[in-house]
Amino acid sequence: MQTPVNYLARKHWKQTGIIALIGGIYLLSSYVLKFDGLGGVIAIPKAFAWLGINFRPTANSTQYLPSIWQKLLGTVMLAIASTVVASIIAIFVAILGSKVTGGNSIIQTIVRGIASFFRNIPLVAWAMILLFSFKQSDFTGFLALLLMSVGYLIRAFMEIIEDEASETMLALKATGASYFQVIFQAVIPQIMPSLISWILYMIENNVRDATLVGILTGTGIGFVFDIYYKSFRFDAAGMTVLSIIIVVIVLELLSNQIRKVIL
Amino acid sequence: MLEVKHLEKSYQKDKPALTDINFSVEPGTFVAIIGPSGAGKTTILRSLNQLIKDDGGQILLDGGDIRTANKTQLRHYRRQIGMVFQNYNLVERLTVIENVLHGRLGYKSTLAGVFGRYTEEEKQEALTLLKKVGLEEFALQRCSDLSGGQKQRVGIARSLIQHPKIILCDEPIASLDPASSQTVMQLLKDLTTEFNIICIANLHQIGLAKDYADRIIGIRHGKMVFDEDADTLSEEILETLYDQNATEELG
Ligand SMILES: Nc1ncnc2c1ncn2[C@@H]1O[C@H](COP(=O)(O)OP(=O)(O)OP(=O)(O)O)[C@@H](O)[C@H]1O
Ligand SMILES: [Mg+2]
Repeated sequence: MQTPVNYLARKHWKQTGIIALIGGIYLLSSYVLKFDGLGGVIAIPKAFAWLGINFRPTANSTQYLPSIWQKLLGTVMLAIASTVVASIIAIFVAILGSKVTGGNSIIQTIVRGIASFFRNIPLVAWAMILLFSFKQSDFTGFLALLLMSVGYLIRAFMEIIEDEASETMLALKATGASYFQVIFQAVIPQIMPSLISWILYMIENNVRDATLVGILTGTGIGFVFDIYYKSFRFDAAGMTVLSIIIVVIVLELLSNQIRKVIL
Repeated sequence: MLEVKHLEKSYQKDKPALTDINFSVEPGTFVAIIGPSGAGKTTILRSLNQLIKDDGGQILLDGGDIRTANKTQLRHYRRQIGMVFQNYNLVERLTVIENVLHGRLGYKSTLAGVFGRYTEEEKQEALTLLKKVGLEEFALQRCSDLSGGQKQRVGIARSLIQHPKIILCDEPIASLDPASSQTVMQLLKDLTTEFNIICIANLHQIGLAKDYADRIIGIRHGKMVFDEDADTLSEEILETLYDQNATEELG
């Protein structure tokens, strides 16, 4: 018979065990990888110093700005487009799959499976796979971002529906409203703020990721960075990075502002 | 008239949540259901509009059995049964009047409902009902900006616009302060008489139940312990409802 006292005692031991296990895994893996934790930490300032010297944009590097900003704008648009399309797909799939609005448990399991499949394949892998079919083009990047975003958003939207919409849903169901009336009159308006908040977050994220994908697909700002880097024009590469940072920060500020208004 | 006969429900095998519930209510009656936590009050209420599928018995509304209704029939029964919730269950982002109009969805075609297209009469009626619950100036406010008592009155207006024969209230005042509680109880009592409807409310406050309800049903461990006029209900009967429970739970 499990008493509360020995339940708590066992829980305590479990926690200790888990912490020990994590510590053990760290030690084992640094041994296997010949990774020197302390040396790594000491090297960090040096790495930054190197970055600061070599990547510092000079007055000369402003000549690259027009082409950088043109590509950057394209990349931001790509990120926004893929996120918006992903959101529209994800909301309908999430409604199908959530515990409160969804179909039977088979459909729910399938939706969960699909979402975790798209989410758990790394973005880089998606881009590589899609390169075979769509070659180096903006569309490849768009599709890679879309697929991964769909995976994340389905999962997030399902949780939002389950947390925020179940009570109002019940109320409208009790009035005799039909399924679609409940979805459009209760569920969607109720979850809209959280939905938008997630979409904004995903856009910020995808701008960063689009850069990475661009290196692989040979498009956008990632491509520009890659060229400058490989041709040793480090100051121009630095300028590119700086531009990306500015855009990401501006986007973040902007979306925080939007969140404040809608929440 | 509402007749409940031999209603049964268990969530898990051999652990009945309701056993043999029998009562009938005439229009114009305000019934309070009281009983300790976990007694089965919510289960009864949600069986009445089949938000919970019960296991056996009959629930007759003017002679027709809600339990055996098909999907369309169930929608038609549900639109005659309003429901008021402890947490109001409004769409907080929408305006007061939009929430009231939600009570008409059961009467609309799917498409009109999906796009929220309401007739002029429905809008006028929503305003009239808001006036009745004392919220006419709030029609265009967002529900999230209202106090708890105000939200609950929106919930009541939403159920009234259904033209209900029954209003079910699951602890309608459990989240309200004493003054708002009085307002809401008085409102429910007045509406019951004015519209000649059946109002069934789960309550934890015995005092309010005696003050406002016509009839009180006591539930314990899923069984009906008493079903009495609110005026004649004696202290001893009331005490047995809670006392025995306490001793049983300790044992
Ligand atoms: N979804 C469920 N699954 C399993 N058991 C449940 C479920 N809902 C209720 N029960 C059980 O059924 C019994 C009656 O619950 P019910 O919610 O009807 O009680 P209540 O009288 O409304 O209590 P309270 O005053 O706390 O709201 C309780 O023992 C409860 O644990
Ligand atoms: Mg309850």
